[in-house]
Amino acid sequence: MSIIRASRLGFDYIKYNDESEDAEKVKAISDISFEIEKGDFIAVLGHNGSGKSTLAKHINALLVPTSGTMWIDGVNTAEEDELWKVRQKAGMVFQNPDNQIIGTVVDEDVAFGPENLGISTEDIWSRVDEALGKVGMLGFRDRSPNRLSGGQKQRVAIAGVVAMRPECIVLDEPTAMLDPNGRREVLEVIRELNKKEGVTVILITHYMEEVIFADRVFVMDSGEIALEGTPREIFSKVDELKKLRLTVPQVTELAHELRKAGVEIPEGILTIDELVDALCG
Amino acid sequence: MLIELKDVCYTYGDGTVYEVKALDHINLGISEGEFIGLIGHTGSGKSTLIQHLDGLIKPTSGEVLFEGKNIWSEGYDLRSLRTHVGLVFQYPENQLFETDVITDVMFGPKNEGLTPAECEARAAAALRQVGIPEELYKVSPFDLSGGQKRRVAVAGVLAMDPEVLILDEPTAGLDPAGRDELLNQIRHLRDKRGITVVLVSHSMEDVALYANRLIVMDEAKIAFDGPPRKVFARYRELEKMGLAAPEITYIMHALRSRGLRVDTGAITVEEAKRSILMALSNRNSMKDGPL
Repeated sequence: MSIIRASRLGFDYIKYNDESEDAEKVKAISDISFEIEKGDFIAVLGHNGSGKSTLAKHINALLVPTSGTMWIDGVNTAEEDELWKVRQKAGMVFQNPDNQIIGTVVDEDVAFGPENLGISTEDIWSRVDEALGKVGMLGFRDRSPNRLSGGQKQRVAIAGVVAMRPECIVLDEPTAMLDPNGRREVLEVIRELNKKEGVTVILITHYMEEVIFADRVFVMDSGEIALEGTPREIFSKVDELKKLRLTVPQVTELAHELRKAGVEIPEGILTIDELVDALCG
Repeated sequence: MLIELKDVCYTYGDGTVYEVKALDHINLGISEGEFIGLIGHTGSGKSTLIQHLDGLIKPTSGEVLFEGKNIWSEGYDLRSLRTHVGLVFQYPENQLFETDVITDVMFGPKNEGLTPAECEARAAAALRQVGIPEELYKVSPFDLSGGQKRRVAVAGVLAMDPEVLILDEPTAGLDPAGRDELLNQIRHLRDKRGITVVLVSHSMEDVALYANRLIVMDEAKIAFDGPPRKVFARYRELEKMGLAAPEITYIMHALRSRGLRVDTGAITVEEAKRSILMALSNRNSMKDGPL
């Protein structure tokens, strides 16, 4: 059974003018359907305003559809009684770690989620240990979060979600504010959670290089899924992506340019090794 | 020399147990018309450094000079310095506050005491420079897309008509096209108006493409300062500082190690393409053998 299922999902924002009248409907998502299998790694691309974040917020019921239905592990997110169940199944990590960390000490911050589950203190701490271990931050447990680097802070934020033992984690541009090292750390943690723990991952990003590890890529445009496929299928469409205000990883772009100049190499090259083999093989 | 830092040190929480040295004997000169990329890992001192350039932070020791004058000397007009040196913070769209776009951009010039007509002319010019069309002037800034908001916020600083424009990660969170548009407009400003640009960025690809000088901060010191090609040639050392080179640099080194005689100093897709095409045609003519 699929872990996430959307059926003809639609969402309208309602915009009011200064006098709170003349409500105007703005379609953020229109009529999309998809299924995501347990353990999948899905990347979501799309320009600013394409509906990525609105879609992401439906996965843990921060928003509920204005038309159609969203199910998380068989639970309809629109059912108010099931809200906490949905939130526990699907955790969310945002762009700026500073806005997500509330504790004054790392392990207390991570404990915040499980504390709200009504489980024993012992269980809470074992979950905190486990979560910090999984993101490689156990050694920092009694530090103050504001003394950490961006990548470390974001890993703490991820640990806070992992401690809830979710089936699925949605990350909305988790690396946008990080330096190259921080980005690598966070991506490694995400991939490990996916591969070793079988956590379903939905990664929203503007960095094309981060997408090549995904099983499937959704490209959003004006509230719809414009393209869907494996990273190789998606990145073979260089010109189409550029029209959607996106791009491809540098290695893919270089290969594409070389092809246009008459060099015989395949389309959709994703890694440096592939390009080197194609040119020097 | 437009801006000069002489032996500048800055310590946060000086004299307390939480003392952190953020700048350690920095010597730096910035000339008119340069496009400087400033890189370094989180906490390396980049943000502290740029806040010294427009006098938001006073150095613990050392001197900051603008056009040869010490900005911390008695009677120096720091307010006017800030009209010469414009600073765009991270997520500047969080600072938008007015009811429509043009009024928001007029805020800076208004505080300079210009007439309403002058303010409007300045604001309109700044909005044109960042590519915001006139139809949007009367729209609420909060109804714009992320990329548009960011550009309106940059226009708010440009309306002050600065000679130096400092931007702290201006493209974080923008889609690839929005990123290219904003950086192209900034490059255009520099080419056309001779404005000096300091771009703080975590994207090695961006600084490779736009900057003509790269300053690398590490542990409160300047680790490297030079043309991007030369700095990225030391990518192994950059990696130790938590940084990297553009993906292109790694491609060129990998090709070279497999025997294709490409220029390992290429740092943009365009340069790499030219170098690879040339290397391939040389290899093919070698294969055919001399007659």
